[in-house]
Amino acid sequence: MKEVLRHTGWMVVRQARNLMREPIWIAMMVIQPMLWLVLYGQLFSKVTPLRAGAGSYVEFLTPGVVCMNAFFGGTWGGMAMITDLDRHVVDRFLAAPASRFAIVLSQVVRAGITAILQALILLLVGLALGVRVHGGALGWLIVFAASALLAMVFAGFSNGIALLLRREASMIATANFVGLPLMFLSSILVSVALMPGWIRAIARFNPVNWGTRAARNAIVVGGSWGPTGLYLVFLAVAVAATSLFATWCFRAYQRSI
Amino acid sequence: MDAIVAEDLRKRYKDVQALDGVSFAVRDGEVFGLLGPNGAGKSTTVRTLTTLTQPDSGRALVAGEDVVRHPNRVRRTIGYVAQDSGVDWEATGRENLLLQGRIHGMAGAPLHRRVDELLELVGLRDAADRIARGYSGGMKRRLDIAIGLVHRPRVLFLDEPTTGLDPEARVAMWVEVERLAEQENLTILLTTHYLEEADRLAERVAIVSRGKVVVEGTPEELKAGLRGELVTVELGDVDGRVEHAVELVRSAAGATEVAGDGQFLRARVPNGAHAIPTILGALDSAGFAVSSVTTSRPSLDDVYLHYTGRDFASEDEEGKQ
Repeated sequence: MKEVLRHTGWMVVRQARNLMREPIWIAMMVIQPMLWLVLYGQLFSKVTPLRAGAGSYVEFLTPGVVCMNAFFGGTWGGMAMITDLDRHVVDRFLAAPASRFAIVLSQVVRAGITAILQALILLLVGLALGVRVHGGALGWLIVFAASALLAMVFAGFSNGIALLLRREASMIATANFVGLPLMFLSSILVSVALMPGWIRAIARFNPVNWGTRAARNAIVVGGSWGPTGLYLVFLAVAVAATSLFATWCFRAYQRSI
Repeated sequence: MDAIVAEDLRKRYKDVQALDGVSFAVRDGEVFGLLGPNGAGKSTTVRTLTTLTQPDSGRALVAGEDVVRHPNRVRRTIGYVAQDSGVDWEATGRENLLLQGRIHGMAGAPLHRRVDELLELVGLRDAADRIARGYSGGMKRRLDIAIGLVHRPRVLFLDEPTTGLDPEARVAMWVEVERLAEQENLTILLTTHYLEEADRLAERVAIVSRGKVVVEGTPEELKAGLRGELVTVELGDVDGRVEHAVELVRSAAGATEVAGDGQFLRARVPNGAHAIPTILGALDSAGFAVSSVTTSRPSLDDVYLHYTGRDFASEDEEGKQ
């Protein structure tokens, strides 16, 4: 166990360091969420019912964009695995006594850390646009937890798919196929009250929606901690499930070589 | 003691029998070459010995440990330089080495000292802190070798170490491997589909063909096993009558192992100078035009032809498809 954590740590450091060397990636990571926030915030600012009691649509939207970024980031997480497979870095680790679980887990953890950084940037931009985090310090922590867990749920899924498909084009198609529908089947853009009944029914089982509702309770409501805690627990269980899926896919990859 | 023992290894991928009973042994401290064309099963053999691939049956010991039962013990004693570079392109040479060392449980000053030593050894000291993406093919290959050596393995696997390198870099790599075998006191298992490479580097070779070891020995032993000389006749116009030409040469003085391949006829004879006039006479009287005749001392190429009944180059092409 200690070895798994130590190896995961080193591998996360490796991935984070490699990403930090990509200035375009950093710029996109910072600018894109801001664009979402400003554009959507302006586009829908006149539609009062959308915001469901929030001080402004931007305030309503901030937790949504935080979660959107987190889960989109997660769905693309498998691309790094494909690069490592293509460059035979994975095989190099496999021929060494590297923890097998750490190879997968490090990708998932890295997605979580990225999501937290993006959430921080978004909250700061939100504050500048007049958003208040009604949940206080606990609210901030919940937003970070929700975004990290959400990113990890989808990173686990994405890494599993990457290990099964092992091709970039297929991976991109899958990420798109999964990403957009899940966004519209959640309360990222509109409140649950405004959803048609059938979407609301599906949204209840959508991890994206769990994260969004937890983050929205933390920012807009500043309360309902009971349901919020439950959403976080659901998300944690989903992280475990998709990480196990990714691990299973990793075993399948090992058997295939 | 033997550093590597492979006993009757078998492995099947869907409809390809990659290993069909591979057996050989590598002695402690020697450079051993697995020689064969593309698709012969060399890489699968190496992947099995390095614990990446599970054999369907058979047994393999590396440094005395069973690769299936105690894979992690094997991984600690081996260095593996795969056919395809495992370098992390976005990290520096030094970072690549440090991470590999940490995976092997090394840390602190000893790790850093070892990394410096290896960077020096493979001639990457000046490039150590540059991102590997900018390295040339030869530099990446040398970094791969350093990565394989970080933890001071006893056995080093080099899978096609010079494939994809230009001739100059290839010769440099040969010098490198020879030096490593000496300095690091290693047992090296090397796979190659370059006959000259095996001839130059390996103390003993095993020739692999279609998932089996067909012969094992020192290059000299294998070549000595083929007595006589090889005569190659290039015919001007065979016109589909190559089989007839083969028959003619076979019945000519003392020729053995006659084979036709397109316009070329190859025959093994005890003495080239005596046999050539007879062969040419026989061909001439049957109306064959001869473009050229050459004789050569046996090479590993001939050894390959002798033991597999197939020409190395054409087999190699076949394996690529």
